[in-house]
Amino acid sequence: MRPSRRFDPLWMLGPTLVLLVVFFFVPLLQAAKSSLYEWDLLTPPRYVGLDNYRALIDSGELGHALGTTLIMSAVVVVGSMALGLVLALALNRPTRFAGFVRSAVFSAYVVSWVSVALLWLWVLDADAGALTALCRALHLPTTHWLGNPKSALYALSGVTIWKIAGYSMVLFLAGLQDIPRSLYEAAALDGAGAWQRFVNVTWPLLRPTAAFVGTTSLIISFQVFDVVRVMTQGGPVRSTSVFVYAIYEQVFLNLRVGRASALVVVFFVLLLGLTALQLWAWRKKGAA
Amino acid sequence: MSGRETRTLRSPLTDGVVNVLLGLVAAVWLLPYLWMLSTSFKTLPEIVRAPTAPLPSGLDLGAYRAVLESMPLGRYFWNTTVMALGIAFTQIAVALPAGYALAKLKFAGRGVAFGLVVATLLIPAQVRFVPVFALLAEVGWVNTMTALILPFGVSAFGTFLIRQALISVPDSLIEAARMDGASELRIIYGLLGPMLRPTLVSFFLFSFVYHWNDYFWPLVMTTDDAVRTLPLGIALLREQGTGVRWHIVMAGNVLLSAPALAVFAFAQRHLLRAVASKA
Repeated sequence: MRPSRRFDPLWMLGPTLVLLVVFFFVPLLQAAKSSLYEWDLLTPPRYVGLDNYRALIDSGELGHALGTTLIMSAVVVVGSMALGLVLALALNRPTRFAGFVRSAVFSAYVVSWVSVALLWLWVLDADAGALTALCRALHLPTTHWLGNPKSALYALSGVTIWKIAGYSMVLFLAGLQDIPRSLYEAAALDGAGAWQRFVNVTWPLLRPTAAFVGTTSLIISFQVFDVVRVMTQGGPVRSTSVFVYAIYEQVFLNLRVGRASALVVVFFVLLLGLTALQLWAWRKKGAA
Repeated sequence: MSGRETRTLRSPLTDGVVNVLLGLVAAVWLLPYLWMLSTSFKTLPEIVRAPTAPLPSGLDLGAYRAVLESMPLGRYFWNTTVMALGIAFTQIAVALPAGYALAKLKFAGRGVAFGLVVATLLIPAQVRFVPVFALLAEVGWVNTMTALILPFGVSAFGTFLIRQALISVPDSLIEAARMDGASELRIIYGLLGPMLRPTLVSFFLFSFVYHWNDYFWPLVMTTDDAVRTLPLGIALLREQGTGVRWHIVMAGNVLLSAPALAVFAFAQRHLLRAVASKA
């Protein structure tokens, strides 16, 4: 359709574009610029070139943040996708019980990260927590889940999986419902078993959904912050200091805006790269 | 594998096993909430003596009283609600005309504008908070509701969703309204807005719950108690060196999660649609 007046699109898109520029694009460029300065928010910024990046690499902070974030993302993406898919397959039926379980799992996605973090802080408490008590009762080995540098990151990953498995479950369920039933009937007539039906019918048709779920869960887990801030504050011995927490720490605890901005730039580039890589990989697979 | 036809392919035995497993799954997701609720009704001696006792000895409200005494809960609740409502309304008000222009009008630069909107999906709050904080500090807006609402005034997801919904509205409808002398403003908010009701309700609830729950942005944008939001206040309960006073932390957590769970219970369908429409 033609606009009724020539400049109509301008005022219609005006508020959106102004907000995008002021609160998204300019800040992004500003972060890139600040990463070349030393700035404590109080005194005027001082140009230092690539020193911030060099310092982050030399101190090992960048490598460490990268390592924790990648481990956590890998565990969370694989865990929540696998769990979400299995739950979607098991719950894709019109019974009331299935509906009840679906709601129970999805509810965790709706409550806040702070609620979930506090809830699990108590469940995982080393002295009085329910999980610790359960493990003792079953004679399973137990540990100070959040206080042990070897287990803390995995404990946080587990909590994150608990929080977002409902999200991938819902998306996989929507994907399953789009698959025509006639395909299953045809496959069943051909004598295909449940596994063969999954491999030959369900999975190929779910692939676009899986690509979307994978990309978005990766982005969610890359941005994890609340559970770290509430449950471990990056500890013990920095074992849970993921990217966003490291950025936060640099700004608000160390007052090093330049260093934080350098982390932001690397974080943004990684986010872009991972998204592009994943979309590319799935498209290639889909075409093959 | 839905429907009766395919269900007959399963044996009753596998169905039984699957149901037991699903019962366990439900327990893993529901028991933590129940334990939170139970803990919140306990007293300090009970927590110390038998922390994992499944039920409290009575419905003691002491923990809730302690939460109310330690923070201005009403104000936090009000702040959070105002912020989340403000964001959700602003996003819809801004996205309707933008979605209309992107879906229905032909003009130079439409592709670019749409590309810019989608590109913001790649710029999360964690990437932009430092410069935005500096900007808002310069104009003296830190510790105001504006600092909490305005940076989220535009939602790429919302704009995209509204654009998609408007594409399926027939042009003839809009042309007829123009013939009747309706202004574009009236067509957008008076005609198309009500038509898109289901989409808008889903998006509104999604956005409201998301921002009601948000911790990161209020944490970095506020230092003042006057604009503090509920997730921040409740998280502080834990930081105040509560030690073993888990009943108080859990009472706070009940107050924090109950509204989100209530919205979920009443509007599950809408939230599910909003999430599913993202794909």
